Amino acid sequence: MSDVSAHDGGEPALEVRELSFAYAGTPVLDAVSLAIAAGEFAVLLGPNGAGKTTLFSLITRLHDRRRGEIRIGGFDVRRQAVQAHARIGVVFQQPTLDLDLNVAQNLAYHGALHGMGPGEARRRGEAQLTRVGLAELRRRRVRRLSGGQRRRVEIARGLLHEPRLLLLDEPTVGLDVASRRDLVEHAHRLCAEEGVAVLWATHLIDEVRPGDRVLVLHRGRLLADSTAEALTARLGVATLGEAFDRLVGEDAPCV
Amino acid sequence: MRLMPWLHCLRGVVGRELLRFLHQRSRFLAALVRPLVWLFVFAAGFRMALGVAMTEPYQTYILYEVYIVPGLVGMIQLFNGMQSSLSMVYDREMGSMRVLLVSPFPRWYLLVCKLLASTLVSVVQVYVFLAIAGWYGIQAPLAGYLWILPALLVSGCMVGALGLLLSTFVRQLENFAGIMNFVIFPMFFLSSALYPLWRLREGSHLVYQIAALNPFTHAVEMIRFALYERVNGEAILISVTVTLVLLGLAILGYNPSRGLMARKGGAGD
Repeated sequence: MSDVSAHDGGEPALEVRELSFAYAGTPVLDAVSLAIAAGEFAVLLGPNGAGKTTLFSLITRLHDRRRGEIRIGGFDVRRQAVQAHARIGVVFQQPTLDLDLNVAQNLAYHGALHGMGPGEARRRGEAQLTRVGLAELRRRRVRRLSGGQRRRVEIARGLLHEPRLLLLDEPTVGLDVASRRDLVEHAHRLCAEEGVAVLWATHLIDEVRPGDRVLVLHRGRLLADSTAEALTARLGVATLGEAFDRLVGEDAPCV
Repeated sequence: MRLMPWLHCLRGVVGRELLRFLHQRSRFLAALVRPLVWLFVFAAGFRMALGVAMTEPYQTYILYEVYIVPGLVGMIQLFNGMQSSLSMVYDREMGSMRVLLVSPFPRWYLLVCKLLASTLVSVVQVYVFLAIAGWYGIQAPLAGYLWILPALLVSGCMVGALGLLLSTFVRQLENFAGIMNFVIFPMFFLSSALYPLWRLREGSHLVYQIAALNPFTHAVEMIRFALYERVNGEAILISVTVTLVLLGLAILGYNPSRGLMARKGGAGD
């Protein structure tokens, strides 16, 4: 964790207060509250169906028929949508790159969506691609990239507009062990070096590293919010896996 | 507010749409073959049976092929508009719609950009079709080809906005067949695209009334008059009004808190 915390006037990069959301009468999120500081890495851990993607959809305002409050760097996502959106970078669960366009074209499109001119988008794109080690592939069609490379392009894209908060929704789905490890490490470096706050949703316990903050979400409720070590100590168990099983019960084990 | 970022956004959305269109050669080919088959096969066959008597905006008796060209232009745009509606559904399933909608620009503006982008793609198709028709011998006054540009923008936006609106209702890709049956075919056949309204009236008064109410009829007439350097004020007024209403409804449909997106909830999870 880094000590960078003074962005946007010291406001948390993400602040969620008493967030509730129901879908077709069934509650999906129930009074969820959390705050993530600038430069902080937080793992949102929960089994499939816990409400992780819904939480992300509400933060990015893909839909927002909900109760509660969401602020990005102090900006309310409803009332100050422009400022709030400009501070969020997202890597969605499903791949969202245009397969027939090349890497640079995909990044240029995203830059334009954030109001950047072609020159600026190219400069920033090159910087981000260098960071994820794909600078030499910028003219390659996305269709010809591996799954891990595509994910890295999506991270580069998510950071193109220099957001203060990066949301990653199960970004390692379908990746091999080495790519997964690289991605987790890369996200940690972003926090330490750039002061970007990262909220990393996953159902894979082995993606939690020592010292990471862990938010356990189960059936729409936040059951725990502490470091992995503090959580295991509190529950008197040896591993995070056991702590997790204890929290959510045996019906929805993570792997 | 500064203007340049807005223009960059528009340029980005339009550029992506055109690039994608260029990569989908089979779509381009299908978009061209469809009206050309109608022109070369259907119209040529009907030429004997259906001479078109003098009717506005034509100055003389015309061949059926000449009459049908503006209708086929409308057909190109209709198919393109529905196809882009399909791509909206596809985009939403694939998630790239999310990329568009998390842009900090207001959602109405993003949808307008998307609409203009698909309209420009249809305009490209129309001009290629008109070039082939011209080579075949069906030519309009040279200036007419310029006159139709604003008309094409309006009609393209009209069917595009309809597509946008439909994409808020349609959830799955397979439903395009339903759109063909229940939207494209009725709109096309129950209009003045293939036969002038007076001829429809001779056949069936009900069909005539439906066709006279069909906004697609007015879009086609607007294009038909423009192609011969004429202004059909009524058709323009109706087309523009319908476009604005459909666009407003589509924007409402994509509103995160009130529209249909909210009711559907997020995919995944």
